[in-house]
Amino acid sequence: MDPSREISLTVNGEPVTTRVEPRKSLVDFLREDVGLTGSHVGCEHGVCGACTIRLNGAIVRGCLTLAVQADGAEVWTIEGVSDSGEIAALQKAFLERNALQCGYCTPAMLLTAAALLKENPTPTRPEIREYLSGNYCRCTGYQAIVDAVESAASEMTGTGS
Amino acid sequence: MKPAPFDYAKPATLEEAFGLLEGHGDDAQVLAGGQSLLPTLNMRLSAPAILVDISALDALRGISLDNEMLRIGALTSHSELQASEDVARAAPLLALAVSHIAHPAIRNRGTFGGSLAHADPAAEFPACVVALDAGLEIAGRSGTRKVAAVDFFHGLYETGLGPGEILTAAEVPVLQKGFRSGFSEFARRTGDFAISALAAHAQFDGDTVRELRLVFAGVDIRPLRATAAEKIVTGNAIAPELLAEARARLGDDLRPTGDLHASAAMKLHLSGVLLERVLSEMAGAG
Repeated sequence: MDPSREISLTVNGEPVTTRVEPRKSLVDFLREDVGLTGSHVGCEHGVCGACTIRLNGAIVRGCLTLAVQADGAEVWTIEGVSDSGEIAALQKAFLERNALQCGYCTPAMLLTAAALLKENPTPTRPEIREYLSGNYCRCTGYQAIVDAVESAASEMTGTGS
Repeated sequence: MKPAPFDYAKPATLEEAFGLLEGHGDDAQVLAGGQSLLPTLNMRLSAPAILVDISALDALRGISLDNEMLRIGALTSHSELQASEDVARAAPLLALAVSHIAHPAIRNRGTFGGSLAHADPAAEFPACVVALDAGLEIAGRSGTRKVAAVDFFHGLYETGLGPGEILTAAEVPVLQKGFRSGFSEFARRTGDFAISALAAHAQFDGDTVRELRLVFAGVDIRPLRATAAEKIVTGNAIAPELLAEARARLGDDLRPTGDLHASAAMKLHLSGVLLERVLSEMAGAG
């Protein structure tokens, strides 16, 4: 018996229809079946946040969402929001503030930071830390990441110094 | 790790869901938001033969409010609950607790009903619904029944849900005049499970506490009421000496066992800190 299921969804605006095994996570599906490797796989149990993906407008853990659960959904990955220019200000701030070293956590940091700035365009540093607390970075010590998000927020709201 | 293979079904109606659960028995597992279930599958701590995804059951969605009851559908996500003005007004305890649950990406998928049905002893919402004396609505093949939250949590991940039953909603009594809620928690890091958490709900008559529920999470196999401390406080005005006396009696009810995160003595100590902190805040909120 073929246990696979047909799913149809859009990924970064492009329609995708394919068959997947029910046990396949959304992040594995995006990386292995769609070929978008910007979403990373870290702990695979919801702790590190490296697999953050935007599903129907809300960030989710790609390792704690099954591909079959995304049937009918609208999915955006780091590739999509990068190409569209949506997160350009954040990317620029991450670069200027040295908010990454190895870069493994960065796509997820950017997607999470973008979600924060959409909800709260002028977050305080504690609010930034709180919002990013589910995304682990083993290189930077977070200080530079918080700097970058703060600086992108100023840039985007035109309140920068 | 990757989960062991499983089959997947997404019923369109409750009837269809009951049929699947009946047909597969213990081999079936209900999937709601999956934020506790999928980690256990990924780590191969459990390996059900089939997941029954209930997310298409619209009857389990939505928050509604009348004069007496706030009804929260089981599929309400933590984020939806967090954004709800009805919840903030009618059941502020839930609004206080939700920010302690995991992280935004997890709150976007995790569900209120899932948290209750999973019954993790360190989870926030089970303690809250006990403190609020909520009723839980459970549907099964033979109909719908109501269980008081205080009778629902039987033990470690064990609840009053019978075979083939699905938790469909919670009914929380609307906050009445004079009632106040408080919540606080100790965790290693923001969003981690609680080492100890306290959900408190009380009626104040001026400065005097008339009715009080103190429910701890993370210190027992299920949400635990600190009844001895409740008795000390009830009928009195909150004052430092009274809180110290109540704190000294926490050990009558709380017999925590140590775990990886904290020793038994540390859990009891931190629970005492929470007791003093939360009740002081509630007294000052009048």
